[in-house]
Amino acid sequence: MTHVGYVAVTWGLSFVLIGGYALTLVARGRKLSRQVPPEARRWS
Amino acid sequence: MTAIAPDPTGPGRSAAASGPGAAGAGPATTGSPGSRALGIAALAAVALATLYGLALSPADVEMGDLVRLMYVHVPSATACYLGCFITTAASGLWLWKRTPGWDVLAGAGAELGLLFVVITLVTGSLWGRPTWGTYWTWDARLTSTALLAVLLVGYLALRRLDLDPDARSARVPILGLLLMPNVFIVSRSVEWWRSLHQRATITTLHPQIEGDLMVALMTGFLAVTLVFAWLLLHRFRVGWLEYQAQRLDLDQALDARRSEAGAGASRPTGDEEVAK
Amino acid sequence: MWRDAALVAGRDLRIEGRSRVAISQVGPFALLVLVLFAFALDPERGVLERATAGLFWVAVLLSAMLTLGRSAALDEADGVRDGLRLSGLDPGGIFLGKALAVAAQLLALEVVLAAGVIILYDAEPTGIALLVATCLSATAAVAATGTLYGALVSGLRVRETLLPLLVLPALAPVLIGATRAFESALGGVPAEGWPWCGLLAGFAVFYSLAGALAYGALLEGS
Repeated sequence: MTHVGYVAVTWGLSFVLIGGYALTLVARGRKLSRQVPPEARRWS
Repeated sequence: MTAIAPDPTGPGRSAAASGPGAAGAGPATTGSPGSRALGIAALAAVALATLYGLALSPADVEMGDLVRLMYVHVPSATACYLGCFITTAASGLWLWKRTPGWDVLAGAGAELGLLFVVITLVTGSLWGRPTWGTYWTWDARLTSTALLAVLLVGYLALRRLDLDPDARSARVPILGLLLMPNVFIVSRSVEWWRSLHQRATITTLHPQIEGDLMVALMTGFLAVTLVFAWLLLHRFRVGWLEYQAQRLDLDQALDARRSEAGAGASRPTGDEEVAK
Repeated sequence: MWRDAALVAGRDLRIEGRSRVAISQVGPFALLVLVLFAFALDPERGVLERATAGLFWVAVLLSAMLTLGRSAALDEADGVRDGLRLSGLDPGGIFLGKALAVAAQLLALEVVLAAGVIILYDAEPTGIALLVATCLSATAAVAATGTLYGALVSGLRVRETLLPLLVLPALAPVLIGATRAFESALGGVPAEGWPWCGLLAGFAVFYSLAGALAYGALLEGS
């Protein structure tokens, strides 16, 4: 494959950025879920 | 504190909109059966896109294997625009309906927009380097995308300052409402401007893609769209929880004040607050 | 609404007239920017001459940040906002009045900068009609946009740093258009510049409408 480096870095970075964001999102979700009682979770 | 009772509805513990209201369940995540299904679909789509994008599709005649960067870059740009559109639409809806959910959605859209615009810029730069020898070129797309990034940063900065969700003034939603018009006007102006200097050779980052390459691009779109949807769902729920948590804090602070103020005044109980 | 606008414009300008900050500080600042460009770009007059249009408008925009900041600050003092709300003045009128006051100051600034550019960068004003039209429409655009954004950040402690961050990207098309129009005029082919001037006018109309509509909601908020 030509330009292997560029392809690898691009795809790799994208996975890292999106995956990292997803993980922080899930972590925030868990932390907040502990603080907020279930009733408040429904649509108001 | 409510006890965690076994939830009969399925493998996951449910929460948020699709929750069945199981009285004792104290879910600890923003997940739900629906979001898990979406997540699995998204992962499958990503696997498919990776397979096609990196292996099954051929290299381009002109660009060689660099075309594989397009499979990430182009869908990311679209995802970014989608995020901005959501922000603007949700801002408008908040101004109309004044329910907090719209404001939460507007914030979620902008944050995702920022994530994907960064990816768009980075992948675009990395494509440009071997192609033109430079990381940055002032072509219309890159330039207006960069400005879009600044617009999003500004919007998110204002959101962070304007913190009280219930007394939310119109500032943030109006700025959000202006987001898409700004994006539109900026990108048209920049395109017009750069078209005055267009070189004859291909300067666009969006060359013609067809055949097998198109399949790879489509799988890229599918993957990014599903990932975006999953992220949006969870970002919305996180935002909603943040809003609720802030209100709870506020309620508790007010009650603390009240009980300080009057000896015989109403006793605040946890149930009363939560039941509101 | 126009009467209210005239009232508010008059108030803002009178305050400005008494404090004379625009004359004594913003004007010199604008000229200073021109001088700084000369330091940065090596007055082998070639570069400065070629870039005159752009440098002029960058100087205008930077000075506008100061002008807009002061315009927003006028209403931040204790009780002024409530006073405006309760005064019965039409919010759209208040917006237009403030924008007009800003526009007036910017136009005066542009006259000063024009003189600066002619003297310091050896510019030759050709295509005067286009130059004037561009100044009018670009100024209207900057004033309208800036007044709206000023209201968006008014009262926040970080207003001074947030306003440029928010408004300059929005004003990018104005910079692009005004510079292209000026380049056409100064370069002797005004025909190419008029479409840009049209863009500026359209931009000004859009933000004037947006501001007039939004100002009421913004006054209501905290």
